[in-house]
Amino acid sequence: MATTTPTALVTPRRGFRLVLRNRKAAAGLIILGVFALVAALGELIAPYDPDALSPALLEGPSGAHWLGTTNTGQDILSQLIAGTRGVLLVGLLAGAIATVLSIVVGVTAGFVGGAGDEALSLLANVFLVIPALPLIIIVASLLPSAGGTTVALVIGLTGWAWGSRILRAQTLSLRRRDFVQAARANGESLWRIVFFEILPNLTAIIASGFIGTVIFAVLSQITLAFIGVTSVSDWNWGTILFWAQSNQALAQGAWWWFVPAGLCIALLGTALTLVNFGIDEFVNPRLRTGGNRPVKGIRPRVGFTPVRRKETS
Amino acid sequence: MTFLLRRLAFYLVTAWAAITLNFFIPRMLPGNPVQSLITRYQGQLSTDATKALYALFGLDEDTSLWQQYLDYWGRLFSGDLGLSFTYFPTPVAEVIEQSLPWTLILVGLSTMVSFTLGTLAGAYLGWRRGRWTDALLPIGSFFSAIPYFWLGLIAIAVLAVAWPLFPSSGGWDGAFVPSWDADFIWSAVYHGALPAITIVISSIAGWMLGMRNMTVTVAAEDYVTVAHAKGLKERTVMFAYAARNAVLPNVSGFALSLGFIVGGTLVTEIVFSYPGIGYILYQGVSAKDYPLMQGVFLIITLSVLAANMLADLAYALLDPRTRQEG
Repeated sequence: MATTTPTALVTPRRGFRLVLRNRKAAAGLIILGVFALVAALGELIAPYDPDALSPALLEGPSGAHWLGTTNTGQDILSQLIAGTRGVLLVGLLAGAIATVLSIVVGVTAGFVGGAGDEALSLLANVFLVIPALPLIIIVASLLPSAGGTTVALVIGLTGWAWGSRILRAQTLSLRRRDFVQAARANGESLWRIVFFEILPNLTAIIASGFIGTVIFAVLSQITLAFIGVTSVSDWNWGTILFWAQSNQALAQGAWWWFVPAGLCIALLGTALTLVNFGIDEFVNPRLRTGGNRPVKGIRPRVGFTPVRRKETS
Repeated sequence: MTFLLRRLAFYLVTAWAAITLNFFIPRMLPGNPVQSLITRYQGQLSTDATKALYALFGLDEDTSLWQQYLDYWGRLFSGDLGLSFTYFPTPVAEVIEQSLPWTLILVGLSTMVSFTLGTLAGAYLGWRRGRWTDALLPIGSFFSAIPYFWLGLIAIAVLAVAWPLFPSSGGWDGAFVPSWDADFIWSAVYHGALPAITIVISSIAGWMLGMRNMTVTVAAEDYVTVAHAKGLKERTVMFAYAARNAVLPNVSGFALSLGFIVGGTLVTEIVFSYPGIGYILYQGVSAKDYPLMQGVFLIITLSVLAANMLADLAYALLDPRTRQEG
């Protein structure tokens, strides 16, 4: 991600379509769409109430309970579905907070330069080096009631540093470009330059930073729930794993209790990473793999990037 | 030289920030946590421990905040991190001292292995772009999206419960007393194998992807073309020209992502009940043992800082530009 070179002169809308045409990104977006749908529908498609007890104790997958039941007879599929919304909401909220912070700090640092830049970069580096997860664990466990919003806030406030570093580097290089100099010579205001000249050229990097933070937020939030730091009555995938672990699902061989939740996490993470690949490959065409719109008869070789020229008349 | 001095100053500032953060976190809490703790432990806390708690949470009203801060530094320099509740009356410093070596060895070794293997694999994948090996990319991202702890759970279920090849928990066989004899070391290695494998599997993909992308970018540079044109052997070009330059961002990325890695590995320890820092942190969190949690956070941060400095030194050795600018 850090290796990207900027491509100006591509409007965001055209860029989005280019990303979509990338097979990996499209696959990622489809998986994300399915998760979003499940999160939106929630109770409507869940076969049972996730909290409801039933006489079917610790049963494996069956027609009545597709993913089996817990040791108190709760339906695991319903818990997964109920948990999807929490996972996505916290991930998106934390990602949004961290992205806004990273834009504010990163772009300001890159644009202002000098002492301000030094101070902001130092701040970002300090946040980057301090291990985030232990900090989040401690802060969340000290708070009296750590619900979804609190967790998102804590993750967002600690997870912005990586994005701001990359944005700063990119802003630094943009600041010296001709079009910015021209805008300045035209007497454009500082705000106009930042919002209309610089930010549009950072779209891809901001998007990929946002997705990276969402992945981090989802993993952190699930880890917190798994350790039991956050409220164990709000359903998310980590809560399911928490109950599975505390009831010794492993020792009892109840694989259906912890395998589906883990697969969901991995699938969501992969989907987000695939979208990020798409953005990276759009920004830096050399990264494209052979699987992406294969060009017949041309094999990518070291040092050369395969391109198909359009016939021009 | 300037490079290293600048970095040193940076680490001092970061250490100061982390320590200060550690001082302020318990003070930002609403309500009176000490009272609830005392009620919870019902007379098990000595007067000394209660006093220490009041000091820790800044509820000691006789002293100003500044004085408290100075006291905190004073205690820190004399190695006093307070008393742990969970292991009462063992001092926090002692609890950490016992668990730190386990974490350092487990996390240190498996991170090194994962970084080396991942970087080599990534260089190869980047060099051989556009073959079937590119299929490793989505597979790799799938593995890197799996939380460490879940992979640990699966590893235990398969390799310790269903098919008992490895022990499922602990750091050594209960029959031994920790010492430096061969039997004990063997037992420790045997118990550490499964956690180490989990850490390597879940972190290797990240290095691989980063290195692959850098190699692809570097492979198009003029100096690589020149090396080819000189008729150098493919291997020489790949390692001495492309990989040598592509590894630089990976090394600085290594330093910066150590914080993330350590976070993930701590949870691995929890899953395996491995007697390291992460497990101690978990115990502290479940028992609301604030002195222990704070001490652990401090030690983790300082260790990550130290590891970062090592990575910086390695970077300075690898990249002559950092030495020249001084």
